[in-house]
Amino acid sequence: MQNELLQYTLRLGDNALILGQRLAEWCGHGPILEQDIALSNIALDQLGQARMLMQYAAELKGGESTEDKMAFFRDVTEYNNLLLLELENGDWGKTIARQFLFDTYNYFLYTELLNSKDDQIRAVAQKAIKEITYHAQWSAEWVIRLGDGTEESHERIQNAINDLWEWTGEMFAMDAIDEAMLEAGIGADLNKIKADWHEKASMILDMATLEKPEADWFQSGGKQGEHTEYLGFLLAEMQHLPRMYPEASW
Amino acid sequence: MSNKDNWKIWEVFIRSRNGLSHKHVGSLHAPDAEMAIKNARDVYTRRSEGISIWVVPSESITASSPDESEPLFTPADDKVYRHPTFYDIPDEVGHM
Repeated sequence: MQNELLQYTLRLGDNALILGQRLAEWCGHGPILEQDIALSNIALDQLGQARMLMQYAAELKGGESTEDKMAFFRDVTEYNNLLLLELENGDWGKTIARQFLFDTYNYFLYTELLNSKDDQIRAVAQKAIKEITYHAQWSAEWVIRLGDGTEESHERIQNAINDLWEWTGEMFAMDAIDEAMLEAGIGADLNKIKADWHEKASMILDMATLEKPEADWFQSGGKQGEHTEYLGFLLAEMQHLPRMYPEASW
Repeated sequence: MSNKDNWKIWEVFIRSRNGLSHKHVGSLHAPDAEMAIKNARDVYTRRSEGISIWVVPSESITASSPDESEPLFTPADDKVYRHPTFYDIPDEVGHM
Protein backbone atom coordinates (compact mmCIF):
# COMPACT_ATOMS: atom_id res chain seq x y z
CA MET A 1 0.00 0.00 0.00
CA GLN A 2 2.72 2.44 1.05
CA ASN A 3 4.58 1.80 -2.19
CA GLU A 4 1.47 2.22 -4.32
CA LEU A 5 0.69 5.50 -2.56
CA LEU A 6 4.26 6.67 -3.16
CA GLN A 7 4.01 5.84 -6.87
CA TYR A 8 0.61 7.48 -7.13
CA THR A 9 1.90 10.65 -5.43
CA LEU A 10 4.94 10.72 -7.71
CA ARG A 11 2.76 10.43 -10.80
CA LEU A 12 0.78 13.47 -9.72
CA GLY A 13 3.95 15.32 -8.74
CA ASP A 14 5.82 14.42 -11.92
CA ASN A 15 2.94 15.62 -14.09
CA ALA A 16 3.05 18.98 -12.33
CA LEU A 17 6.84 19.27 -12.39
CA ILE A 18 7.41 18.25 -16.01
CA LEU A 19 4.62 20.44 -17.36
CA GLY A 20 5.85 23.32 -15.20
CA GLN A 21 9.36 22.92 -16.57
CA ARG A 22 8.09 22.78 -20.17
CA LEU A 23 5.94 25.88 -19.74
CA ALA A 24 8.83 27.72 -18.11
CA GLU A 25 10.67 27.40 -21.45
CA TRP A 26 8.21 29.97 -22.79
CA CYS A 27 9.35 32.54 -20.25
CA GLY A 28 10.68 35.48 -22.23
CA HIS A 29 9.49 33.96 -25.52
CA GLY A 30 5.70 34.36 -25.31
CA PRO A 31 4.00 35.79 -28.40
CA ILE A 32 3.05 38.87 -26.42
CA LEU A 33 3.98 40.12 -22.96
CA GLU A 34 0.59 39.33 -21.42
CA GLN A 35 0.68 35.69 -22.58
CA ASP A 36 4.26 35.35 -21.45
CA ILE A 37 3.17 36.35 -17.95
CA ALA A 38 0.10 34.11 -18.08
CA LEU A 39 2.11 31.03 -19.04
CA SER A 40 4.81 31.77 -16.48
CA ASN A 41 2.06 32.06 -13.87
CA ILE A 42 0.71 28.66 -14.81
CA ALA A 43 4.23 27.21 -14.80
CA LEU A 44 4.75 28.51 -11.26
CA ASP A 45 1.40 27.09 -10.13
CA GLN A 46 2.49 23.70 -11.47
CA LEU A 47 5.82 24.00 -9.71
CA GLY A 48 4.07 24.82 -6.43
CA GLN A 49 1.86 21.75 -6.78
CA ALA A 50 4.90 19.65 -7.65
CA ARG A 51 6.65 20.80 -4.49
CA MET A 52 3.75 19.82 -2.22
CA LEU A 53 3.57 16.39 -3.85
CA MET A 54 7.35 15.83 -3.86
CA GLN A 55 7.50 16.75 -0.18
CA TYR A 56 4.85 14.16 0.53
CA ALA A 57 6.56 11.59 -1.69
CA ALA A 58 9.85 12.19 0.14
CA GLU A 59 8.06 11.70 3.45
CA LEU A 60 6.49 8.45 2.22
CA LYS A 61 9.83 7.20 0.97
CA GLY A 62 11.49 8.08 4.25
CA GLY A 63 15.21 7.85 4.96
CA GLU A 64 17.33 10.63 3.51
CA SER A 65 14.77 11.53 0.90
CA THR A 66 13.86 15.19 0.26
CA GLU A 67 11.74 17.03 -2.30
CA ASP A 68 14.91 18.17 -4.08
CA LYS A 69 16.25 14.63 -4.29
CA MET A 70 12.93 13.55 -5.77
CA ALA A 71 13.05 16.27 -8.40
CA PHE A 72 16.74 16.42 -9.26
CA PHE A 73 18.19 12.99 -8.60
CA ARG A 74 15.74 10.66 -10.31
CA ASP A 75 16.50 9.67 -13.87
CA VAL A 76 14.22 9.20 -16.89
CA THR A 77 12.98 5.71 -16.05
CA GLU A 78 12.11 6.78 -12.50
CA TYR A 79 9.84 9.56 -13.73
CA ASN A 80 6.15 8.72 -13.94
CA ASN A 81 4.60 11.67 -15.76
CA LEU A 82 2.22 11.40 -18.70
CA LEU A 83 4.06 11.34 -22.04
CA LEU A 84 1.87 14.19 -23.30
CA LEU A 85 3.52 16.59 -20.86
CA GLU A 86 7.13 15.95 -21.84
CA LEU A 87 6.55 16.61 -25.56
CA GLU A 88 8.22 19.71 -26.93
CA ASN A 89 6.28 22.97 -26.79
CA GLY A 90 6.07 23.47 -30.56
CA ASP A 91 4.19 26.61 -31.59
CA TRP A 92 1.67 28.52 -29.51
CA GLY A 93 -1.12 26.33 -30.88
CA LYS A 94 0.57 23.11 -29.76
CA THR A 95 1.33 24.50 -26.31
CA ILE A 96 -2.27 25.62 -25.91
CA ALA A 97 -3.66 22.33 -27.24
CA ARG A 98 -1.53 20.29 -24.81
CA GLN A 99 -2.52 22.60 -21.98
CA PHE A 100 -6.21 22.28 -22.81
CA LEU A 101 -6.14 18.48 -23.12
CA PHE A 102 -4.27 18.13 -19.83
CA ASP A 103 -5.94 20.94 -17.84
CA THR A 104 -9.38 19.51 -18.59
CA TYR A 105 -8.23 16.08 -17.40
CA ASN A 106 -6.47 17.56 -14.38
CA TYR A 107 -9.58 19.52 -13.40
CA PHE A 108 -11.74 16.39 -13.27
CA LEU A 109 -8.94 14.40 -11.61
CA TYR A 110 -8.39 16.90 -8.80
CA THR A 111 -12.12 17.36 -8.35
CA GLU A 112 -12.23 13.64 -7.53
CA LEU A 113 -9.16 13.91 -5.31
CA LEU A 114 -10.99 16.46 -3.15
CA ASN A 115 -12.67 13.37 -1.68
CA SER A 116 -9.50 11.32 -1.27
CA LYS A 117 -9.24 9.38 1.96
CA ASP A 118 -5.57 10.27 2.17
CA ASP A 119 -5.27 13.49 4.19
CA GLN A 120 -2.24 14.81 2.32
CA ILE A 121 -3.57 14.11 -1.17
CA ARG A 122 -6.86 15.72 -0.18
CA ALA A 123 -5.08 18.78 1.23
CA VAL A 124 -3.03 19.18 -1.95
CA ALA A 125 -6.19 18.87 -4.05
CA GLN A 126 -8.00 21.49 -1.98
CA LYS A 127 -5.18 23.95 -2.52
CA ALA A 128 -4.54 23.10 -6.17
CA ILE A 129 -8.12 22.91 -7.46
CA LYS A 130 -8.53 26.69 -7.56
CA GLU A 131 -5.41 27.08 -9.67
CA ILE A 132 -6.32 24.16 -11.90
CA THR A 133 -9.84 25.51 -12.43
CA TYR A 134 -8.34 28.74 -13.69
CA HIS A 135 -5.86 26.92 -15.94
CA ALA A 136 -8.69 24.90 -17.49
CA GLN A 137 -10.75 28.03 -18.14
CA TRP A 138 -7.76 29.85 -19.57
CA SER A 139 -6.67 27.13 -21.99
CA ALA A 140 -10.25 26.43 -23.12
CA GLU A 141 -10.73 30.15 -23.87
CA TRP A 142 -7.59 30.04 -25.98
CA VAL A 143 -8.63 26.93 -27.88
CA ILE A 144 -11.91 28.66 -28.74
CA ARG A 145 -10.17 31.82 -29.89
CA LEU A 146 -7.56 30.03 -32.00
CA GLY A 147 -10.08 27.60 -33.49
CA ASP A 148 -12.62 30.29 -34.23
CA GLY A 149 -9.95 32.85 -35.11
CA THR A 150 -8.12 33.27 -38.39
CA GLU A 151 -7.64 30.63 -41.06
CA GLU A 152 -4.05 30.13 -39.94
CA SER A 153 -4.82 29.88 -36.23
CA HIS A 154 -7.63 27.41 -36.96
CA GLU A 155 -5.34 25.23 -39.04
CA ARG A 156 -2.53 25.29 -36.49
CA ILE A 157 -4.67 24.43 -33.47
CA GLN A 158 -6.49 21.70 -35.40
CA ASN A 159 -3.15 20.18 -36.43
CA ALA A 160 -1.95 20.36 -32.84
CA ILE A 161 -5.09 18.67 -31.49
CA ASN A 162 -4.78 15.94 -34.15
CA ASP A 163 -1.07 15.38 -33.40
CA LEU A 164 -1.53 15.26 -29.64
CA TRP A 165 -4.63 13.10 -29.59
CA GLU A 166 -2.76 9.79 -29.53
CA TRP A 167 -1.05 10.93 -26.31
CA THR A 168 -4.34 11.46 -24.43
CA GLY A 169 -5.33 7.81 -23.98
CA GLU A 170 -2.71 7.33 -21.29
CA MET A 171 -4.56 9.73 -19.00
CA PHE A 172 -7.41 7.26 -18.59
CA ALA A 173 -5.56 3.94 -18.70
CA MET A 174 -5.88 2.33 -15.27
CA ASP A 175 -3.06 0.05 -14.16
CA ALA A 176 -2.56 -1.92 -10.94
CA ILE A 177 -1.51 1.18 -8.99
CA ASP A 178 -4.58 3.15 -10.11
CA GLU A 179 -6.81 0.19 -9.23
CA ALA A 180 -5.25 -0.20 -5.78
CA MET A 181 -5.59 3.50 -5.02
CA LEU A 182 -9.18 3.56 -6.22
CA GLU A 183 -9.93 0.54 -4.06
CA ALA A 184 -8.41 2.29 -1.04
CA GLY A 185 -10.54 5.38 -1.65
CA ILE A 186 -7.39 7.44 -2.21
CA GLY A 187 -7.23 7.68 -5.99
CA ALA A 188 -9.70 8.59 -8.71
CA ASP A 189 -11.74 6.43 -11.06
CA LEU A 190 -10.20 7.25 -14.42
CA ASN A 191 -13.14 5.74 -16.32
CA LYS A 192 -15.45 8.32 -14.79
CA ILE A 193 -12.98 11.08 -15.60
CA LYS A 194 -12.72 9.81 -19.15
CA ALA A 195 -16.44 10.30 -19.71
CA ASP A 196 -16.39 13.79 -18.19
CA TRP A 197 -13.31 14.70 -20.20
CA HIS A 198 -14.79 13.60 -23.52
CA GLU A 199 -17.95 15.53 -22.87
CA LYS A 200 -16.09 18.72 -22.00
CA ALA A 201 -13.56 18.34 -24.83
CA SER A 202 -16.38 17.84 -27.35
CA MET A 203 -18.16 20.93 -26.10
CA ILE A 204 -15.11 23.20 -26.26
CA LEU A 205 -13.89 21.85 -29.63
CA ASP A 206 -17.37 22.39 -30.98
CA MET A 207 -17.40 26.00 -29.79
CA ALA A 208 -13.97 26.39 -31.36
CA THR A 209 -15.29 25.02 -34.70
CA LEU A 210 -12.69 22.24 -34.45
CA GLU A 211 -12.98 18.56 -35.33
CA LYS A 212 -12.64 16.07 -32.49
CA PRO A 213 -10.19 13.41 -33.69
CA GLU A 214 -11.12 9.72 -33.69
CA ALA A 215 -8.49 7.25 -32.54
CA ASP A 216 -8.39 3.64 -31.46
CA TRP A 217 -4.70 3.45 -30.67
CA PHE A 218 -2.90 5.45 -28.03
CA GLN A 219 0.64 5.92 -26.78
CA SER A 220 1.34 4.69 -23.28
CA GLY A 221 4.19 4.03 -20.87
CA GLY A 222 4.93 7.34 -19.16
CA LYS A 223 3.18 6.39 -15.93
CA GLN A 224 5.32 3.24 -15.82
CA GLY A 225 8.59 5.04 -16.54
CA GLU A 226 8.91 4.40 -20.29
CA HIS A 227 9.44 7.76 -21.90
CA THR A 228 10.02 9.53 -25.19
CA GLU A 229 13.48 10.82 -26.03
CA TYR A 230 12.33 14.32 -25.09
CA LEU A 231 12.28 13.71 -21.35
CA GLY A 232 16.02 13.04 -21.14
CA PHE A 233 16.84 16.45 -22.62
CA LEU A 234 14.34 18.15 -20.34
CA LEU A 235 15.78 16.49 -17.23
CA ALA A 236 19.35 17.26 -18.32
CA GLU A 237 18.53 20.94 -18.41
CA MET A 238 16.48 20.88 -15.22
CA GLN A 239 18.88 18.76 -13.19
CA HIS A 240 22.37 19.71 -14.32
CA LEU A 241 23.01 22.36 -11.69
CA PRO A 242 22.12 20.36 -8.57
CA ARG A 243 23.90 17.35 -10.06
CA MET A 244 27.08 19.30 -10.71
CA TYR A 245 26.94 21.08 -7.35
CA PRO A 246 24.87 18.85 -5.07
CA GLU A 247 25.47 21.09 -2.04
CA ALA A 248 24.65 24.32 -3.87
CA SER A 249 22.31 26.62 -1.97
CA TRP A 250 21.10 30.20 -2.18
CA MET B 1 2.91 36.65 -34.46
CA SER B 2 1.67 39.65 -36.36
CA ASN B 3 -1.72 39.38 -34.70
CA LYS B 4 -0.61 41.45 -31.75
CA ASP B 5 -0.79 44.44 -34.07
CA ASN B 6 -4.54 44.29 -34.05
CA TRP B 7 -4.97 43.44 -30.40
CA LYS B 8 -6.69 46.33 -28.69
CA ILE B 9 -5.29 48.13 -25.69
CA TRP B 10 -7.40 47.96 -22.54
CA GLU B 11 -7.30 50.08 -19.42
CA VAL B 12 -7.45 48.06 -16.24
CA PHE B 13 -9.20 49.10 -13.03
CA ILE B 14 -8.88 47.07 -9.85
CA ARG B 15 -10.85 47.25 -6.64
CA SER B 16 -8.52 46.23 -3.86
CA ARG B 17 -11.25 45.52 -1.31
CA ASN B 18 -14.93 45.95 -0.65
CA GLY B 19 -16.01 49.52 -0.04
CA LEU B 20 -13.22 51.05 -2.08
CA SER B 21 -13.69 52.19 -5.63
CA HIS B 22 -11.96 50.69 -8.64
CA LYS B 23 -8.62 52.35 -9.32
CA HIS B 24 -6.76 52.57 -12.58
CA VAL B 25 -3.69 50.35 -12.41
CA GLY B 26 -2.38 50.28 -15.97
CA SER B 27 -3.11 48.93 -19.42
CA LEU B 28 -2.56 45.79 -21.45
CA HIS B 29 -3.14 44.09 -24.80
CA ALA B 30 -5.93 41.58 -25.36
CA PRO B 31 -7.96 40.33 -28.32
CA ASP B 32 -11.32 40.77 -26.55
CA ALA B 33 -12.91 41.72 -23.24
CA GLU B 34 -12.94 38.23 -21.75
CA MET B 35 -9.24 37.70 -22.42
CA ALA B 36 -8.54 41.22 -21.16
CA ILE B 37 -10.00 40.21 -17.77
CA LYS B 38 -7.85 37.08 -17.73
CA ASN B 39 -4.74 38.98 -18.74
CA ALA B 40 -5.48 41.61 -16.10
CA ARG B 41 -5.79 38.87 -13.51
CA ASP B 42 -2.38 37.51 -14.48
CA VAL B 43 -0.61 40.83 -14.90
CA TYR B 44 -2.10 42.94 -12.11
CA THR B 45 -3.46 40.71 -9.33
CA ARG B 46 -0.64 38.20 -8.79
CA ARG B 47 0.06 39.54 -5.31
CA SER B 48 -3.52 39.69 -4.01
CA GLU B 49 -4.02 43.24 -5.21
CA GLY B 50 -7.69 42.89 -5.98
CA ILE B 51 -11.12 41.39 -5.63
CA SER B 52 -12.73 42.91 -8.71
CA ILE B 53 -11.49 43.88 -12.17
CA TRP B 54 -12.88 46.25 -14.76
CA VAL B 55 -11.45 46.50 -18.25
CA VAL B 56 -12.31 49.28 -20.68
CA PRO B 57 -11.08 49.62 -24.26
CA SER B 58 -8.61 52.50 -24.22
CA GLU B 59 -10.25 53.92 -27.31
CA SER B 60 -13.47 54.40 -25.35
CA ILE B 61 -11.83 56.84 -23.00
CA THR B 62 -12.15 60.50 -23.83
CA ALA B 63 -9.32 62.47 -22.28
CA SER B 64 -8.96 66.16 -21.58
CA SER B 65 -6.39 67.88 -23.71
CA PRO B 66 -3.15 69.13 -22.11
CA ASP B 67 -3.50 72.27 -24.25
CA GLU B 68 -6.64 73.13 -22.37
CA SER B 69 -5.24 72.66 -18.89
CA GLU B 70 -5.03 76.39 -18.19
CA PRO B 71 -8.70 77.21 -18.74
CA LEU B 72 -9.77 73.86 -17.25
CA PHE B 73 -7.77 73.72 -14.06
CA THR B 74 -5.99 76.92 -13.07
CA PRO B 75 -9.15 78.93 -12.27
CA ALA B 76 -9.62 76.63 -9.26
CA ASP B 77 -6.19 77.41 -7.86
CA ASP B 78 -7.09 80.76 -6.26
CA LYS B 79 -10.42 79.67 -4.83
CA VAL B 80 -9.27 78.21 -1.56
CA TYR B 81 -12.69 78.83 -0.03
CA ARG B 82 -13.94 75.85 -2.00
CA HIS B 83 -12.00 73.61 0.36
CA PRO B 84 -14.08 72.94 3.47
CA THR B 85 -11.17 73.84 5.74
CA PHE B 86 -12.92 76.68 7.55
CA TYR B 87 -15.18 74.49 9.64
CA ASP B 88 -14.47 73.21 13.11
CA ILE B 89 -15.01 69.48 13.01
CA PRO B 90 -15.72 67.74 16.32
CA ASP B 91 -13.18 65.06 17.20
CA GLU B 92 -15.90 62.40 17.39
CA VAL B 93 -16.44 62.68 13.64
CA GLY B 94 -13.03 61.20 13.05
CA HIS B 95 -11.35 61.15 9.66
CA MET B 96 -13.52 62.52 6.91
